[in-house]
Amino acid sequence: MNLDLHRTLDALGTIVLGKERQLKLALTCLLARGHLLIEDVPGVGKTTLALALSKVLGLSFQRVQFTSDLLPADILGVSVFERDAASGNSSFRFHPGPIFSQVVLADEVNRASPKTQSALLEAMEERQVSVEGATRPLPDPFFVLATQNPADQIGVFPLPESQMDRFLMRLSMGFPPRAAERALLLEQDRRTLLQELQPTLTPAQLREAQALVGKVVTTPALVDYLLALIEATRRHPGLKQGLSPRAGLALRRAAQAWALLEGRSGVIPEDVQAVFAAAAGHRLIAAERERAAPTAEAILEAVAIP
Amino acid sequence: MSSPIKAAVSSYLHVATLLRLLAVLVFVLAPHMARLPVWETVAVLAVIAWRAWAAQRHFTMPSKWIRGALALAAFAAVYISYGRINGQHAGVALLVVMAALKLTEMDQRRDVMVMVFLMYFVCSTHFLFSQELWTLVYLLLAAVAVTTVLIESNHAGEPLPLKVTLGRGGRLVAQALPLMLLMFILFPRVPGPLWGLPSDAGASRSGLSDRMAPGDIAALILSDELAFRVDFDGDAPPQNQLYWRGPVFWDFDGREWSEGGPVYTAPYPVQLQGAPVRYEVTLEPNRTTWLFALDAIDQSQLPPDSLVTVDGRLLANKSIRERIAYRAVSHPRYLAAPELSDQHRRMATRLPGNRNPQAVALAQRWRAEGMNDAALMQTALQMFRDQQFFYTLNPPILEGGNPVDEFLFTTKKGFCEHYSSAFTTLMRAAGIPARVVTGYQGGARNVIGGYYTVRQSDAHAWSEVWLRDKGWVRVDPTGAVAPNRVELNLQSALGADEALPFAFRRSSSQLFTQLEARWDWVNAEWNRWVLAYGPELQKEFLGRFGIEGWRDLMLALIVALSAATGLFGLIALRRAMPVRIEDDALRLWRQATARLAGDGLIQRPHEGPQVFVARVIEQRPELAATLQPLLASYLAMRYVGDTSAIAKLQQQSRGFKPRKV
Repeated sequence: MNLDLHRTLDALGTIVLGKERQLKLALTCLLARGHLLIEDVPGVGKTTLALALSKVLGLSFQRVQFTSDLLPADILGVSVFERDAASGNSSFRFHPGPIFSQVVLADEVNRASPKTQSALLEAMEERQVSVEGATRPLPDPFFVLATQNPADQIGVFPLPESQMDRFLMRLSMGFPPRAAERALLLEQDRRTLLQELQPTLTPAQLREAQALVGKVVTTPALVDYLLALIEATRRHPGLKQGLSPRAGLALRRAAQAWALLEGRSGVIPEDVQAVFAAAAGHRLIAAERERAAPTAEAILEAVAIP
Repeated sequence: MSSPIKAAVSSYLHVATLLRLLAVLVFVLAPHMARLPVWETVAVLAVIAWRAWAAQRHFTMPSKWIRGALALAAFAAVYISYGRINGQHAGVALLVVMAALKLTEMDQRRDVMVMVFLMYFVCSTHFLFSQELWTLVYLLLAAVAVTTVLIESNHAGEPLPLKVTLGRGGRLVAQALPLMLLMFILFPRVPGPLWGLPSDAGASRSGLSDRMAPGDIAALILSDELAFRVDFDGDAPPQNQLYWRGPVFWDFDGREWSEGGPVYTAPYPVQLQGAPVRYEVTLEPNRTTWLFALDAIDQSQLPPDSLVTVDGRLLANKSIRERIAYRAVSHPRYLAAPELSDQHRRMATRLPGNRNPQAVALAQRWRAEGMNDAALMQTALQMFRDQQFFYTLNPPILEGGNPVDEFLFTTKKGFCEHYSSAFTTLMRAAGIPARVVTGYQGGARNVIGGYYTVRQSDAHAWSEVWLRDKGWVRVDPTGAVAPNRVELNLQSALGADEALPFAFRRSSSQLFTQLEARWDWVNAEWNRWVLAYGPELQKEFLGRFGIEGWRDLMLALIVALSAATGLFGLIALRRAMPVRIEDDALRLWRQATARLAGDGLIQRPHEGPQVFVARVIEQRPELAATLQPLLASYLAMRYVGDTSAIAKLQQQSRGFKPRKV
């Protein structure tokens, strides 16, 4: 199992160059049944990452480009009155939207109106969609990879704080390192390479791996560390509010997934530290608007491992 | 009674609890019962029985007039019995009867509390009468019992099972024990016995007397009471040299010997010879000033507050009312009074005129035959040996005015006092200075403690004769008749048909001897360390720890009490905190990694163990082989919860000894 996960990571690494850590975190997020928010400027390989993930895991993929006039129905799907050619009966038939896909790339999610955003986020949370009175389950695995431009760009609706909480992790891709970018420029087009990429994991294997995450042991000693971290965010003067209990559970789950990826049967403090910035960073809200929130790294350094 | 079993009769005290309280009260009062007048024992038991009955029958308590009358009657009865209402006996009697009467007014929870604390107080009064080991054990049990009542009476609802309250009570008392011990050791002591009271001194005690009439010592022999214990440095002298010197009698009225010797304060003229014997005597209170020592005592190494009389006795400056221990040095070989003053000679040859004429005549006949002093002495001893003299505890009663004559020529059955008295009379009649010495002879070696116990049954009387160039020589005429008395012990000297009371048959069974020796040893240690723990011993004991003076003592007491309470608090705190197996792992991990600290490799507070190990190995690659398995075990135990890794981790932690660079 671990071998497969590492092969998956290696395969991803051939497409997205020089971003091992982000790839690993993205896979962790997927294993933990969380959703991923990538916050970065356009053109750093967000879409490529999403495509590569769906490809290596053998999952169906849909991409939704969020615009200001995108409506919830454009994502969830719509019932259309139509006649069945064979029987001649007319009825409303549901046309599933792009959300009914195992990997959904919600590109530039902050360009859509809040109404549309919330439709997406509710589907993410519930893992089912209720349209016109009928509840339709979403596929499993179900993984939303949303991208968002930094809020200082024009014409965006930044995700409200409460909605940020729906994402297990937030990542920033960043520009590739020089060597990686060089390779990017020299070698073949990534999209072409993607076509040739072979799945390393079946959806069933992925579900199995996801089930294993919950079995990774978190001892009371480790829970003490998690608590110490959570309490540190709550007491920190630079933060408006600390991590919520839900955030604590998310942090634990992310650490479990990371430990699984590392091939461990128990979570160690390093696992928590590895996912802390990604899993907690977007949930920390600065006490004052003008000042930046303390970084996750600063909090990690301030908390002793019990 | 329509419903005989009805729980919760009153709001403050359950019937079952009350019955337990009454049982505990009986338990607490029981040792006092034997010391109280009969009317009081009966009255107390009657009140307790009535209270038990009343509780089951739901009687209303008597009115305050009746209670007042009862209290007054109790006062009066105690006063009539003792002539006072305070002091050791009367005070306790009053306390006990009032404690019982308190049962008639248990109307509220407050009264129950008063009862409980009364019982605690009654417990402590037992120490006024007895400080033996068994008393302590009994009172500890009583304290547990009273505490169970305290717990029970503070518990609302149905009574707790007896097992639960006993368990809690026992635990509370056990927790108080260390504090008790601390207070015992550190609390400043005042001179005098811990619990002794002046009135205590009047109680009669058997022991040697300052006079000796025929039959006195024989009566003493029947007492198994301990006289003193002796612990020799090194080997003890042989049994036949163990003569513990007591009262020396110079004066004889024909029947009774009494001291009447020369003035005490003159120095004891003795020349010590041979090797010294060093020993420590733990003397039971004898209410005299007599200390006992072997002949002849070294006057340059006397115990404190003591003196030696002119006839070689060791005396204390004041009456011995509490158990004391003293060290002494004696020389079994000595020359006492090489020169005898005329006054002493006169005193040592004085006989009452016209008493015991036959004995006097016999001695004068021997003298007329031209015997010298030594030969005469031998002749007298030979007479005891050759003629039909018997050693017996039950000699015929000598009622006449000439008991020596009667004994020597008629009955010929006697005990040590008869022999020494007769022998001394004979010597004096022949003009040889002689005197009677009483004391103890021998002692039983305790097989457990290695010390000797000397009992009242070891009391003995012998003679001393003054010979030219030899001084005062000890002559034991009893030894001539019954050598076993001196060589072995009393029982062996007596005939088979004359058995001692059971308690004296010391060799009757191996097991019995063993048990008795053990019990005596326990008592000896108890006396030595607990009852004898007065100001002197406290000073000496604490001095070893550098605690001197009362300031140090108070400081030590406060520090010790705070430390004890603090420790107790910590233990309680630790109990309240969850105990986790992974914490053991952390301890072992820290022990191991602390050995890297010398090289500046210290795990930072926020640094995970794996990252730390990676950092260490980067600097000290040679440690990888030992550090990696240690890390693996640590992580397995602390973060996977694999408890089976503990043994491995312990081994790895101990075995991790990085070389300093």
